[in-house]
Amino acid sequence: MKTASLSRWLLLGEWRAHWVQVMVALIAITIGVAMAFSIHLINTAAFNEFSAASKSLSGQSDLQVHGRKGFFDESLYPLLANTEGVALANPVLELDIAVPDKLQNRNDHKLKIIGIDMFRAARISPDLLGLPAEGKTLDRLASDTIFLSPAAMEWLQVEQDDLLQLHAGLETITLRVAGGLVRARMGQRIAVMDIGAAQWRFQQLGLLSRVELKLQDGINHAAFKAKLAEELGESYWVAELADQETRVANMSRAYRVNLNMLALVALFTGSFLVFSTQALSVIRRRQQFALLRVLGFTRQQLLRQMITEGAILGVIGSVLGLSLGYAIAVLAIQFLGGDLGSSFFPGIKPSIYFDPLTAWIFFLIGLMVTMSGSIMPALEAARAKPALALRSGSEDAAMSKLSPPWFALICLSLALLFTQLPPIFELPVFGYLAIALLLIGGIALMPRFAAWVFSVLLAKWRHARIGAVSTLALARLANAPNQAAIALGGILASFSLMVAMAIMVTSFRVSVNDWLGHVLPADLYVRAASLGDQGGFQSDAQKAIAELPGFDRVDFFRTQQLILDASRPEITLIARPIDQADPSNTIPMTDDMMAPAALPEDLAPIWVSEAMVDLYGYSVGKKVSLPIGATSNEFLVAGVWRDYGRQFGAVQMQLADYQKLTGDLSVNTVALWLQAGMILDEAIENLRRLPFGGALEISKSGDIRALSLEIFDRSFAVTYLLELVAVVIGLLGVAASFSAQTLARAKEFGMLRHIGVMRRQIFAILAAEGGLLTALGLVLGFVLGWGISLILVFIVNPQSFHWTMQLHLPWGWLAIIAVIMLVSAVLTALLAGRRAVSGNVIRAVREDW
Amino acid sequence: MKMGKRGDMYYFFSFVRTIILLLSLFAVSALADSSRLLPVVPGKALTFPQDYGSHQDFRIEWWYITGWLETEDKGPLGFQVTFFRYATGHNQENPSRFAAKYLIIAHLALSDPAVGKLMHAEKTAREGFNLAYARQGNTHVKLDDWTLVRDEDGRYLVDMRTSDFGLQLSLTPTQAMMLQGEEGFSRKGPQPEQASYYYSEPHLRVTGTVLRHNKPVAVSGSAWLDHEWSTAYLDPDADGWDWAGVNLDDGSSLMAFQIRRKNGGKVWAYAALRDASGDVKFFKPEQVKFTPTRTWQSPRTEAVYPVAMHIRTGEIEWQLTPLLDDQELDSRQSTGAVYWEGAVTLTRDNKPAGRGYLELTGYVTPLTL
Repeated sequence: MKTASLSRWLLLGEWRAHWVQVMVALIAITIGVAMAFSIHLINTAAFNEFSAASKSLSGQSDLQVHGRKGFFDESLYPLLANTEGVALANPVLELDIAVPDKLQNRNDHKLKIIGIDMFRAARISPDLLGLPAEGKTLDRLASDTIFLSPAAMEWLQVEQDDLLQLHAGLETITLRVAGGLVRARMGQRIAVMDIGAAQWRFQQLGLLSRVELKLQDGINHAAFKAKLAEELGESYWVAELADQETRVANMSRAYRVNLNMLALVALFTGSFLVFSTQALSVIRRRQQFALLRVLGFTRQQLLRQMITEGAILGVIGSVLGLSLGYAIAVLAIQFLGGDLGSSFFPGIKPSIYFDPLTAWIFFLIGLMVTMSGSIMPALEAARAKPALALRSGSEDAAMSKLSPPWFALICLSLALLFTQLPPIFELPVFGYLAIALLLIGGIALMPRFAAWVFSVLLAKWRHARIGAVSTLALARLANAPNQAAIALGGILASFSLMVAMAIMVTSFRVSVNDWLGHVLPADLYVRAASLGDQGGFQSDAQKAIAELPGFDRVDFFRTQQLILDASRPEITLIARPIDQADPSNTIPMTDDMMAPAALPEDLAPIWVSEAMVDLYGYSVGKKVSLPIGATSNEFLVAGVWRDYGRQFGAVQMQLADYQKLTGDLSVNTVALWLQAGMILDEAIENLRRLPFGGALEISKSGDIRALSLEIFDRSFAVTYLLELVAVVIGLLGVAASFSAQTLARAKEFGMLRHIGVMRRQIFAILAAEGGLLTALGLVLGFVLGWGISLILVFIVNPQSFHWTMQLHLPWGWLAIIAVIMLVSAVLTALLAGRRAVSGNVIRAVREDW
Repeated sequence: MKMGKRGDMYYFFSFVRTIILLLSLFAVSALADSSRLLPVVPGKALTFPQDYGSHQDFRIEWWYITGWLETEDKGPLGFQVTFFRYATGHNQENPSRFAAKYLIIAHLALSDPAVGKLMHAEKTAREGFNLAYARQGNTHVKLDDWTLVRDEDGRYLVDMRTSDFGLQLSLTPTQAMMLQGEEGFSRKGPQPEQASYYYSEPHLRVTGTVLRHNKPVAVSGSAWLDHEWSTAYLDPDADGWDWAGVNLDDGSSLMAFQIRRKNGGKVWAYAALRDASGDVKFFKPEQVKFTPTRTWQSPRTEAVYPVAMHIRTGEIEWQLTPLLDDQELDSRQSTGAVYWEGAVTLTRDNKPAGRGYLELTGYVTPLTL
């Protein structure tokens, strides 16, 4: 017989006989690759679209000049236009304007309006020129017109020539939809107006958001940028397109990386399953391979045979996984949107793009993972001495070689070491590596641990008359721990991951809930559509609200976006009355703060969020300079607070300090505390009756809280899905290893039947084994998962999102999952055992020569 | 208004004379809401130097210079420079400094037989921030780095440069200005309000530098300047016009135009011939006749232009021959403007008589959507 046909014959024979295990391994690879690939596709699509959409707004500019406060005086525009080396200066006023009909959706109720000078923009971002009705070219310059992208028209339910009402501060203004922005990106929700009209109608006279520059040919961009930045000074920053890309990338990077990591966890769990299937399959066939060796099969041939098996599984599984992943990605984008329900990429509609190269990479990852699962058992099988392997009962010894204890210990020590390392490129790379090592080490240590536990149990219960069934089950587990451990591995991996995620999400949710209670102490929050640089409430409106009856306390908030670093997203400045004697009364402080008595008189204090510490190196007691006021001013960092709302950083300061420095008396938000006995709806009614009541956005703190938690849950929907996948893969692993083992133990069961053990009792043995194993797996899984959750809570989260949280354990939920897994494992063991026991008793024994 | 059907934005801003075609269509609606704009009426004497400057109360205004240049190696060059002010009729109440009340449009074209086709560039901007303006009191127009300024002594200075060509010229009057029509009141159609205020400065002596591929070349020559302003201009039936302004070798100046009717024939025509001594002979619409003698089809727009034209004014026969055929301004990619504006030589009774410019608008086949 030729080697090739022998090889095929061996392969097909094995698969035909054990197709269930082959299927399980295939499914595991498929699901693993599919999850990883689909997450990658969705993330890439969403990110690319978001990035392209923000790029399309700035067109072909070489440089952009921004103010650090979001808006700056228009007098800079002619200066820039006349600067030597500038070919074109394009002034832009960009506003996010509240749409009255969309106010109920707090996170998504704004329309991006871009004010342009069409004659300048035509040469730098021609896609932003609206298309007016025929013969109405001047609509592009009119002050009562607006042009909408198709997505914006759909969102606002308007068509050409319809009237559109928008809020500008406390006023409502009406604009005519003069046409479309036909070249806006699909799903991009933007509007364009004449810059003069936008300045006037939205009360932004004299202000610009940015000036985009096109440089003359032959000008050195870097040198020009450096020179301009120096000339303009601290109040402005000059950015290249690359800076903007970095900024957009920074906005969602942590989210994307973490999601990818979770997907890889699914792939990892899958690979472990492949490993256990392959390992069991090799063990089962030890005698077969030994026989082949005796008959003249070389070691290399045997190795090749095993590797081919793994490769074929890997190829089929990966290809299936790629297709499934693509399908999942398309469906998810369709139904959940590009950010999978979180709000990381607002206002866009991405479409999945199939990149052959990426697909090839994921295919290779799937293949490599499968192969690596096959190679270790294959090496062991090839190395085994045929004479020894031919003897029955050598399986367990063979398996022990697969998991030397030093390997497990190294993994665990490395994991411990990695938890101490700082992030790389602001990503918790070592945190994730520590998780992976913890898992690997835990699983590798499993056989020894199982043997030890069950030996102890056996020794303890030997004289306790626990009955034949329990004794047999325990003896089996204690003396053949390696096979048991492989079954355990699947449970361990999936349960520990689930425990870790559950603890992390619960800790996060509880912390967010407490935090919301802390940051939303008032009963009502009233906002007015912001006016760009100005808060929506001027002094007279503030006075009118403060004078309303029925309120105990009225607090005013002034919020603003500041740019401290061109390559990072804006930080938020919140100026409000703060209890300086004990800031924890106002702000959710961490323990890291200065004693109030130690605050100096001459320096205004600020309280910064944890992200400011991580991203900008702020620390308590440090003097920092912020662009607040006419020039930058010095402040003292007086404390650090927790912020789950703004991962890019936020700073709080006394409203009085802010007003003293800037002279800006407007505010954005009013917090209102009801007097005892005042009814909430009546208070709202009073607010609505104010002259500007119609333009107010009034929220009850309970509603904001519920909505925030809803958004939180939605953002974690994907992680729940991934957890579920991990559990399914884990259960599949239990099924696969049990069915493999029980088949391999057919002769053992045959022997037991011969010496008088009932079928019922054999089932009981199987159930006991399954139950004990799973229980051990769950206990260990819990310990391991708890360890991983510590890494997630205290390393991964602070390093990627710059917030810390308190640990909370969801005991009830964990118990339910544990019981479900225990019951399903026992049932799986029984189901798998049925085949082994149902065979002919005589034949089963005869096999044992 | 043929190209209006394209719905493209610019052409009406950047077109030099064709914009007025559009105006005729806008006249009804646009004028209704901008009654502050003044009509052109007969009998109003032009006063200088004020009328050299811009006239904000009129919808539309342009300074338009065409001429022939010679390089040091005697190579002929044609050039055209236009600055254009347009009142949008919008944003009168808008206090923003960006409010688009007036637009400044500029056009630069160079006809070089060595290149074989027109080199041209254009810009548009809203007036404001001292980046673009048309000043009152004297000719002083600026659009970014392009300027046209009239000195106290009457000399015009033009500075217009692009990334690969441009010119810096000084234009000195050698004759008195020429008031067109009735003392500067120039009728454009059968209705009395279809008119403009219009004066020309023929026989301007030109010296300066032309940049071709960024290489400066010293040039000299003669040019013709038109300054015209109006609020309502064209008859709704008008299709386009043919215009010629020629500096004759004997010191005479000829200006002739006809406004064509949509279905053939003409809406209006006019010609004035001033001799070197200053005597002007005016021709009535029926005395002026334009007859195409040769056409050229643009490979880009497929428009057919009568690039060689026979003009009869009274008893005089003139023949116009283009410096090169392809002097079409096709900027549909950027602004949508398409017309033919070309340097021509003129013969009178088959004898060389002078050099000038011919403008042909409204010849592009209407595009259907």
